[in-house]
Amino acid sequence: MSRSPYVILKWVLIAIVLAVIVYAAGMFAANGQLLGTIVFGLIAISILAVYSTHRNIPAKYLLPGLIFFLAFQIWPAVFTGATAFTNWGDGHTLSKQESIDAITSSSVEEVSGQPRYSLRVAVKEGDDVATGEPVYILTDPDTKKVYAGTADGLTELPAADVTTGPTGRVTAVKGYTILTGREVNARSQELDSFAVPTSDGAAIKKVGISEAYEGKPAATYDPATDTITDTRPEASGQPAKVYKASDASWVNVADPNDQLPQGWKEGVGFSNFTNALTDPTLRAGFFKIVVWNFVFAVLSVASTFLLGLALALLFNDERLKGKGAMRALLVLPYALPGFVTALVWASMFNQEFGLINNMLGIDVDWLGNGTWAKVAILTTNLWLGFPYMFIVCTGALQSIPGDVKEAAAIDGASGFRTIRSIIMPLVLVAVGPLLIASFAFNFNNFGLIFLMTEGGPFENNQSAIGSTDLLITYAYRLAFTSANPNFGYAAAISIFIFMIVAVLSWVGFRQTKALEEVN
Amino acid sequence: MTGNIAATDVEAPTVAHPVGEKRRAHLWWKYALGVVALIWALFPLVFIVSAALNPSGTLSTTDLLPKDISLSNFTELFELRPYWAWYKNTLIICGVGAFASVFIGAAAAYTFSRMRFRGRRAGLMTLLLAQMFPVMLAFVAIYLTFDFLGDALPAIGLNTQAGLILAYLGGAMGANVWLLKGYFDTVPRELDEAAKVDGAGHARIFFTMILRLVLPILATVGMLSFVGLFSEFLLASIFLKDSENQTLAVGLWSLLKADRNKYFGPFCAGAILASVPVMALYFSVQRFLVGGLTAGSVK
Repeated sequence: MSRSPYVILKWVLIAIVLAVIVYAAGMFAANGQLLGTIVFGLIAISILAVYSTHRNIPAKYLLPGLIFFLAFQIWPAVFTGATAFTNWGDGHTLSKQESIDAITSSSVEEVSGQPRYSLRVAVKEGDDVATGEPVYILTDPDTKKVYAGTADGLTELPAADVTTGPTGRVTAVKGYTILTGREVNARSQELDSFAVPTSDGAAIKKVGISEAYEGKPAATYDPATDTITDTRPEASGQPAKVYKASDASWVNVADPNDQLPQGWKEGVGFSNFTNALTDPTLRAGFFKIVVWNFVFAVLSVASTFLLGLALALLFNDERLKGKGAMRALLVLPYALPGFVTALVWASMFNQEFGLINNMLGIDVDWLGNGTWAKVAILTTNLWLGFPYMFIVCTGALQSIPGDVKEAAAIDGASGFRTIRSIIMPLVLVAVGPLLIASFAFNFNNFGLIFLMTEGGPFENNQSAIGSTDLLITYAYRLAFTSANPNFGYAAAISIFIFMIVAVLSWVGFRQTKALEEVN
Repeated sequence: MTGNIAATDVEAPTVAHPVGEKRRAHLWWKYALGVVALIWALFPLVFIVSAALNPSGTLSTTDLLPKDISLSNFTELFELRPYWAWYKNTLIICGVGAFASVFIGAAAAYTFSRMRFRGRRAGLMTLLLAQMFPVMLAFVAIYLTFDFLGDALPAIGLNTQAGLILAYLGGAMGANVWLLKGYFDTVPRELDEAAKVDGAGHARIFFTMILRLVLPILATVGMLSFVGLFSEFLLASIFLKDSENQTLAVGLWSLLKADRNKYFGPFCAGAILASVPVMALYFSVQRFLVGGLTAGSVK
């Protein structure tokens, strides 16, 4: 092998990439995330194995793409599948034990009548006041003993280490830096959830910046009955509330409508899928979306193709003067970013101020009426998509040999007959795969729908399902913009899209015999 | 702009077509239809320019043709939002994303076109199928994955551009490899053989010879990736939450969402500036485009 500077360059690159990956693996290890450490470790090993030898040349070219392909296309698909079988979503993000811990620790309450500690917030000497582990310097009001409280518990401080001011307030402690009031306020959010544990579940929490109380959790978990009992109502003479574990939430035994906000994540089997297909309201909406999804994709491809082809035919006449300039102007819509097109057309369709209503002197509620919104969206997509079809049809037309058309003319075929029987079949063969690709793109054309209508309008008080929703905008809203995000159900909708696309591609490939042409 | 148009004729290399009989007399209706088509294609563009120059800057006061001309919408836009930050972010995300996509795709296409190895056919089939499932379909899983990654590595978590670029690269190999391979196949293998005889290794052949010969398709794929990412909204909107971190698509959308009527002028001003890179790129690779689009797909 040649010893060129490129060999050195190669090793420098390998070293840099490995250093970054090993650093990443280390960060995961430090964070206690074993899975991440293992994955990054495997990536590092595969890079070393592939690039350090002279064998297995194909792998050297495929590995970068393969890593991204596995990590961000295959893995998300698998993960989507797994998520679709869970209730993961708003209020269901924790494990069951974490939900119990969150409920009990947030219920620590001051026991009335107990004296309050006087508090100074400090950090260990040498730690940064803004980020260091907080230490509570607590003075017992009765015994005047001073304690240092950390997340691990209380330790008494020797009186010799503590300096107090004239009011009895601690002003300095050996080995600690006391924070000023302003510094405490800056960290108040963090300190509000900080508690110094004492005996049997009780904890010390701060009030304001200079006081702290010792309280007990009002809610307790009983593993034998799998219930959480909240004693707080007893203070006002009510019976304690008992919450039972039910459907991944803590539900009040006495009142099924009362449930705690912290539920937990668990497997729910096929219920996300079966709900979409069997729940009467969900089912009606779901099928409405699927039908519109197909109608939208088919009409978008058909309308753009027909207009593009018609214009290509129109301009495919060498006697026309200035057709070069006209072609360049015609394809300008294609050169405009898609998001700009969608947003501008949505504004032009605005009922009150929009250009369309103003110019035509009409008052149509384009985007507020389900049917008109569909018309508006298809019109916009026609404008957006016809230049592409115009380009590819022009290319296809120009590749049709002139003698074929001449032969048709000699045989006495009319212009229309020539188009139908000679030109159309030849063009379709050439652009067929592009039509399939265009259909696949429009089937999931999130950007256009979301930027124009966000899936709306939402008619007949139907808040979940909009008139122009595609499956993908529906799933997006379920996961990210609804009041109760439901990742599990959104993932199930994604799986439906996967399945529909898979069936369509299978049919498409059988038609085009593309799979047999792999060489 | 006019200069551009004159210089960029869409016409592909013409095949001589003899026309049977001349019917010049009936050409006028073609011109008439052509003008109608041009009005249809251009009126929204005229409207955008008119709105951007409209001094009062609202949707309700904008007509198809501007009455007065002012640049106040531009200055208002720059005061309202971190527009140039969006611009920079978009160029970085699309530039890096498109470049990496093309590189990954070209490397894979070279392998599939030039080498014979076990799993080659299965690999090509897998990628053909994967092409049907865009990365964004699994957006829920991508969101949760990057949420997890960000816990340990905040630099590539949610709300970072690096994370977004990584997520985009998941589809890089599947999306382009067929188009690229189709073009790579048209480069004669005899050239590789000759270079090999002269002592060039596989890397030398790839980097110094093949990549130059397939430049037209690289330009086409690069442009398509860039433009595709430029308007990508789904992942960009769930990744980028902080205003100064956003792309033009997400940022301008949020501006218009705040008040469609009031901010329409500044929005159009921003939209015009945003269109500049896409249009420039489009016109610079236009002559490759027709051949490039059909070469890979048409047998």
